[in-house]
Amino acid sequence: MSRYEDSSVTVAPTGATGDLDGDTLLPQLVAHLREHRTRLRQEWVGRIQEAHLLQAMTTQEMSAETTLVYDNYVEVLETGSVEALQHYARDLSERIIPRGVETHEVVGIVLLLRDVLARSLFEKYQRDFALLNRVLDAYEPAANRIANTVAVSFVEERERVIRQQQDSIRELSTPVLPVRERLLILPIIGVLDRERARQLTVQLLGGIRTHRAKVVVVDITGVPDVDESVANHLVRTVDASRLMGASVIITGLSPEIAQTLVTIGVDLSKMNTIGDLQGGLEEAERLLGYAVSREDGNGGP
Amino acid sequence: MNGGPRLFSILRQGPYLIASIHTALDDSQLVRFQQDLVERIGSDRARGVVIDVAALDVLDSFASRTLRDIGEMARLRGAVTVIVGIQPDVAFAMVELGMDTGRVVTALDLEEGLAELDSYVAAPPAPRR
Repeated sequence: MSRYEDSSVTVAPTGATGDLDGDTLLPQLVAHLREHRTRLRQEWVGRIQEAHLLQAMTTQEMSAETTLVYDNYVEVLETGSVEALQHYARDLSERIIPRGVETHEVVGIVLLLRDVLARSLFEKYQRDFALLNRVLDAYEPAANRIANTVAVSFVEERERVIRQQQDSIRELSTPVLPVRERLLILPIIGVLDRERARQLTVQLLGGIRTHRAKVVVVDITGVPDVDESVANHLVRTVDASRLMGASVIITGLSPEIAQTLVTIGVDLSKMNTIGDLQGGLEEAERLLGYAVSREDGNGGP
Repeated sequence: MNGGPRLFSILRQGPYLIASIHTALDDSQLVRFQQDLVERIGSDRARGVVIDVAALDVLDSFASRTLRDIGEMARLRGAVTVIVGIQPDVAFAMVELGMDTGRVVTALDLEEGLAELDSYVAAPPAPRR
């Protein structure tokens, strides 16, 4: 059965049992899929709903998108070029990713369509087993390629979105806000990765110097979690600030971060932490006020 | 005393000594700095010492250990030591390398350091300027 080992679209015509050769097989297949377009598409939509996929979409959207996917699918089978499909898949991904459609859903619907079409081919050619084999030989590689293309396009689009979001997070600089003389606030919002932690250190230590800060309140209420290296980095930054003569108060530690800090065994005795920003500010003012009143008491007017 | 020009200065300011390091010191110069400073604490009857390292953009492990040792020695001779002017990069590098600056008091700059000494040394007649 060496004839079927080659899975490429064209099948060796020698000894072909059917009345079709490889070149006319695909067009016939495409014609069949076009002819039963409405019925097959409906069947497909039924299967999608059965599998509870794409529930973020309304019925009208579903109907519009499935028609487009179906036509694209058949077109790829006809022309063998995935370029248009790639373009469409990327466009579709761009529209549906913000609505929370998952990778498995997109891959799922394409595989369902593949299945629906294969079954219909099966039905049509089941009387002639040899012909059916050749039809499937032509259909399967193309169908696999389509599934592959759609999945890759979707994942690529997702990665592009993720990269874009990472860039915009990074671009949000870490603001250093002087609120009182010698008192700075650094609100940190968003994921604190290694690069941002490094940026934070530069801003914090630089800010201490330029503003001659004595107390710095670093508010990390907006930071969901930190990993071990970032936690260590934070502790070192606090330490380095101390060497520059400023005390750092960290506020708004989430339970997760507190857990991380304790689990990795960071020396917390040097960390001055207070529950929320309000408490931190009060403590900072107390620290600063205390120093002022003592100077007044010692050598003031 | 070993030869060569001094790369540091030790000035007297009221009851305090102000020691400025002008450029990166090698190990023998650091030792000389330490000896001079500890000696001056006694001869000047200093109550506090400010060591200004603002001119340094690197501080190796020997230097930071020497600074810590000076702090300890000065304490034994009756003076409080404050290190001032540690640059941001230097501060982070010191912590990164796990250098133990221990109980040494630090402040932003000379002015801060003197204020810090005022609060440590409860000397009623504050330095007149």
